[in-house]
This record gives sequence, C-alpha cells and structure tokens, in this order.
Amino acid sequence: MSESWPWLAVALLGAYHGADPSMGWLFAVALGLQERRRTKVIEALFPIAIGHLLSLALVVGSILLAMRPAPRQVRLLGAAALIAFGVFRLWRPRMHPRWVAMRVNLIELGAWSFLMATAHGAGLMLFPILLNLGAARVALHSHHDAMVLAETAHSGLSVAQTGGIILLHTAAMLIVMGVIAYAVYEWAGLKILRTAWINLDLIWAGALIIAGVLSLII
Amino acid sequence: MALWKTDQTFYPSPRMAMQAPREKLAYVAVFNPDASNGRPDAICVLDTDPQSPSYGQVVGRVEMPYAGDELHHFGWNACSAALCPYAPHPHVERRYLIVPGLRSSRIHIIDTKPDPRNPQIVKVIEPEELARRSGYSRPHTIHCGPDAIYVSALGTPDGEGPGGLFLLDHDSFDVLGRWEVDRGSQYLAYDFWWHLGYDVAITSEWGTPKMVEHGLQPDLLLGGKYGHALHLWDLRKRRHLQALDLGAEHQMALELRPAHDPTRAYGFVGVVVSNKDLTGSIWLWHRANGGWGVKKIIEIPAEPADPEQLPPALKPFKAVPPLITDINLSLDDRFLYIACFGTGDLQQWDVSDPFNPKLTGKVRLGGIVSHAPHPKGGALNGGSQMLELSRDGRRIYLSNSLYGAWDTQFFPEGIRGWVTIVNARPGGGLEVDPDFFVPFTGERAHQVRLEGGDSSSDSYCYP
Repeated sequence: MSESWPWLAVALLGAYHGADPSMGWLFAVALGLQERRRTKVIEALFPIAIGHLLSLALVVGSILLAMRPAPRQVRLLGAAALIAFGVFRLWRPRMHPRWVAMRVNLIELGAWSFLMATAHGAGLMLFPILLNLGAARVALHSHHDAMVLAETAHSGLSVAQTGGIILLHTAAMLIVMGVIAYAVYEWAGLKILRTAWINLDLIWAGALIIAGVLSLII
Repeated sequence: MALWKTDQTFYPSPRMAMQAPREKLAYVAVFNPDASNGRPDAICVLDTDPQSPSYGQVVGRVEMPYAGDELHHFGWNACSAALCPYAPHPHVERRYLIVPGLRSSRIHIIDTKPDPRNPQIVKVIEPEELARRSGYSRPHTIHCGPDAIYVSALGTPDGEGPGGLFLLDHDSFDVLGRWEVDRGSQYLAYDFWWHLGYDVAITSEWGTPKMVEHGLQPDLLLGGKYGHALHLWDLRKRRHLQALDLGAEHQMALELRPAHDPTRAYGFVGVVVSNKDLTGSIWLWHRANGGWGVKKIIEIPAEPADPEQLPPALKPFKAVPPLITDINLSLDDRFLYIACFGTGDLQQWDVSDPFNPKLTGKVRLGGIVSHAPHPKGGALNGGSQMLELSRDGRRIYLSNSLYGAWDTQFFPEGIRGWVTIVNARPGGGLEVDPDFFVPFTGERAHQVRLEGGDSSSDSYCYP
C-alpha cells in the first residue's frame, strides 16, 4: 500500500491536468471546431501531451539532480517554492503566458502546452511524491546493504523510475484529456464551460500550498 | 474578485449567447453639450424590464468627477472572450464599465456591483498617465480581449496622429502600453475589432483629433482627407498586414462589425458619406487570393431637399445625406442594422449571403428634414445614430446624437437627447416600440450597453 500510493497520486495528478480545460483539451476542441474536423481534435492532443511531458521532465529532472548533492536543502527549498508559488497563484490567479493565437502549428501547440504546464506548476506539484518515492526506496533497501543505503539516500530515484513517473502522469493526462475532448466535441457541447467549469485555479493554488507543507512532514 | 463558477454572462459561442435571458438594465453614456455650465457627463441606468414598475425610466446615474469629458463609447472589463482556449480565465466577473472621455482622454472605471442600478467610479486614469504609458490620446472603442482590454485612440496628445491601439490590464486597469509593433502605412484610427479564429485584427479610420474636434471641416471632406481605408493586422505579432483602400471619395470608414462566428472571415464597415454624391455605403471585407479584399455591397442615396430646410453646411447640395454613422450585426450574423443620422433611417438588411444583402425592414426617427416622430416623444430631432442590439436580436436600442462639435452642424437648433427601442421581428421587419421612450433634457445620449452583454460587447472563440 505504502509503495503504490505515490504512483496512484502521480496518475491522479495527470488525470486532473487532463480534466483542467486550461491545460489543453479545450484548445484541442477549439481547433477542431475552427476547422470542423474531428481528426484535428485528436491531432492536437499529442503535441499538448508532449509539451506537458517536457515541462515535467525539466522540472522533475532539475529537482532530482539538485537532490543528489544536497537532499536536505532541496527539501526545504522545494517546500518553500511550493508554498510561495501557491500563495502567488492565489494572489494573481490570472498570471499566465500571454498567448493570443488560434492559428498554431503542432510545434507551437506543444510550446504553448509546455509554457502553461510550467506556469501552472505541474512539475513542482510532484515534489512531495518524489521525496516520498526516494524515501520509500531507501527504506526498502535499508536492511539489505549499508552500501546501497548510502548510495540511494543521495541519488533518490533511478532514471527508470523517474521516466516512469513522467510517463505515467502524461499517459493519465492524455487519456482523460482525450475522453473529455471527444465527448465535448461529439455530443456534450461547449455549454459545460458555463455549467461545470469550477475555479480550478483556486483549488490548485490551495493544493500547491498543502503539497509544500506535506514536503516538510514526509 | 474571482468567481467560483464561470461568469454566467459568458457564452462560448454567439449561437449560445442568443439564448441569454433578456436584459433588465441598460447603461447609456450621457453627454452635456454645454460644459461651461459645469455639469459633468454621466452614465445613466435605464430600466428595460417590462415587468418592472419603472420600465423605461432612468433609475440610476453616476456623474463623472469633472465636466467636459464628452463620454462617447464604452465597454465591459470582461466578456465571452475570457473563455478562449489559449488563455482562459472564466472566473473573472463582467462587472466594470470602462468609460473614456473622448475629449478629455480621461478613462473612468465604473463598478456595476454590488448594486447595478447605482454604479460607482472606482478608478480614474488621467490623460497624462495614458500619454506617458502609451503615447496616445482621445480613447474611443473598448473591446475585452482574451489577454487584456484593448482600446483604440484617435491620436497623440498634441492632437496629431498616429492613432492606434493600447492595452489595459484585466485586473488592475493599468495602461500596459501601445499595442502596435509595426504599424505600416496606418496613421488614422477610429474603430477596431478582430477575427479571433484567424488571429487577425482590423482597424478603421476617422481623423486625428485636430481634424475632428472643431467640427467637420468641409475642405478636408471635399479633399478626401478623412479616413477611407481599413487595416488588417496580425493579432499575435501586432504587425500591419494589409491596407484596404476604399478610395478617397468614401469619407470616414467608421464602425467595424466582423462576423461573430469565429470561423467566418468577413465583416462589414460603414462609410459615412461619399464626397461625390453624398451617398452612404456599406462595404464587405473578406478573404481573397490569400489576402483580404473589400467590396461595396450597399449604397444608400442622399434625398433631395428644399435648401430652406437644410443647415448652412448642406444648403449648396440641396440634399440630405444619409450619413451612416453606426452599424450593428446580429449574433447569428444574419441581420445588419444601419443607422443614418442624416435622414433618421434605421435599416435592417438580411446579410445571410454577405455579397447579396436584402433590405428587410426600415423605420425613421428624427432626421435633418423629416424630424420623424415617435408615438410617445412627438417630433424628434437628431437622428437614428448609435444602435445597440440585444443578444436575442429582438430589440434595437437607439440614441440620437453623434459628436458634440458635429451635432450642431447638422442640427443647428441643438439636439434634444433620447433613447428608444425598435423591435425586430425574428424573420425580418422593424417597428418602433410605442412605450419605451426616454428623453434627456439638456443632455445627449450616446452609446448604450446592455446588462450581461449585447451584440457588440463580446467576442467568441467557438462557432
């Protein structure tokens, strides 16, 4: 149980980003409607997912590299960054890249997704999970070998595990995004933008702060 | 303040916005033509709910802090463009009216909540700040964009050009600066709007402040010096793409009404007057050969008149020009409404096929010669001028003044301000509403904005 929940959390966060209209599915639907072509919706989802993945890879990679030499400082720094970012997003919920464009090619669409995910703090949110997975691994190996313990305590996660986190997150996002985009384009319609779009920015800002606090505890 | 749910006045598509509930209030810019009496201009609140005991009356009024602003056009801080997919912020509120003084260059931010009948001024941007941050002066049209509030300006603080666009921050209403990166051949400015589905903006031309503030200059008009071109821009790169010259004969290309459906790349512009034969005209801009083209689709002729009945400026012509000063397009892109300040006509044209418009309705209120009456208001002066269409396309709110210095040239007796409603039948056809008539004593009504939005307040990113 204690080993699987971080992975579940990674997937759920991905699903959450998939459901958030400002993270991509809405853009895909809009592009499909503009061209009156359902294949355009599907075509658009992949660059959005790749942009999101690259943003995660950049942030997660930086965190893990920094943790190698200075795990304790990075924990404090990461927690502080999460809390500060959450407060900032509460204070200025609409600060995001200004990108006025409907006519985008696939590379621009990926770049847009990368910027939105980064400005959103999508990768940063994985910080407490990374800490936890690192710690779990240490715990797992601790009764085997003192040498392994010494090594993993510093390196945290393996490259395969890191890749797994990022891929799992992005896959969950892509699936949820695809299902919603398809449903909205085909039958649900855009009226749900008026009825079901709750203020996810507020929820997300709160979640960032909670994640920051959690990072200090776990 | 952020909402928990999407602002319920935002609609993803113009089609959905047509289903919006009926407006219960209207806001109207009221201008005091004689600033020497020290009375400031105001935004008045009209009750437009037929179930209300105060229907058709002024139920609120907020005066500007100084006299002499010349309130003209105004707009909302936020609208349906907030739902655009690349920068969505659906939890802002449509709440503040951005109200510039066309003569003073002061911009007022007016809060319509908590009491929509008792709006309050919450911020004033002084002309010096506007000039310092943008280089512009004489702010005119307001559109709430996906990423900021866009405002057009007629010129620079010294009264010359170029005019152009500047941005206001969505939240703080601070002036963010000039919009254009490369203005190409554009110098004159007036109105603007965009095709969000194509990342294209379009601007029109009137004149610099010096060309308009002392009245209509006959030498400039006859010399073809007022604006007669449209400009297309890359909305994303903020660069000039193409100028569409209508020809110097076609003086003053003013109001721009692009199709509301973002997949349709065409729109309509009204030209006030031809300096050859005094006709007014409507032009259609559209995509052509990888760029844009423009074509005259409607021409409204001048009407012969006895010079005795004409103001001095028009006596030599022995005719009343229609003077097309405002147009509006229904949210389904089906009906185009044309106001003719000179003759007092309000015309309705079916533009389902934009290249082949058909006249479907006509009423006349006021007019230089006809003074066509209203059942409740009697003989009217001024003429059908600013018009705003309800989102369902059923009611046209009409006012009768143009611009202080120009009103007097066409109506030397002075304009008695009024606002009325003209009802549109769903299949086409117009009739003057016999009950709704709001007179303004000693003041002139200009633009009307409807509670929750109207047919020129919102832009949409979805068809």
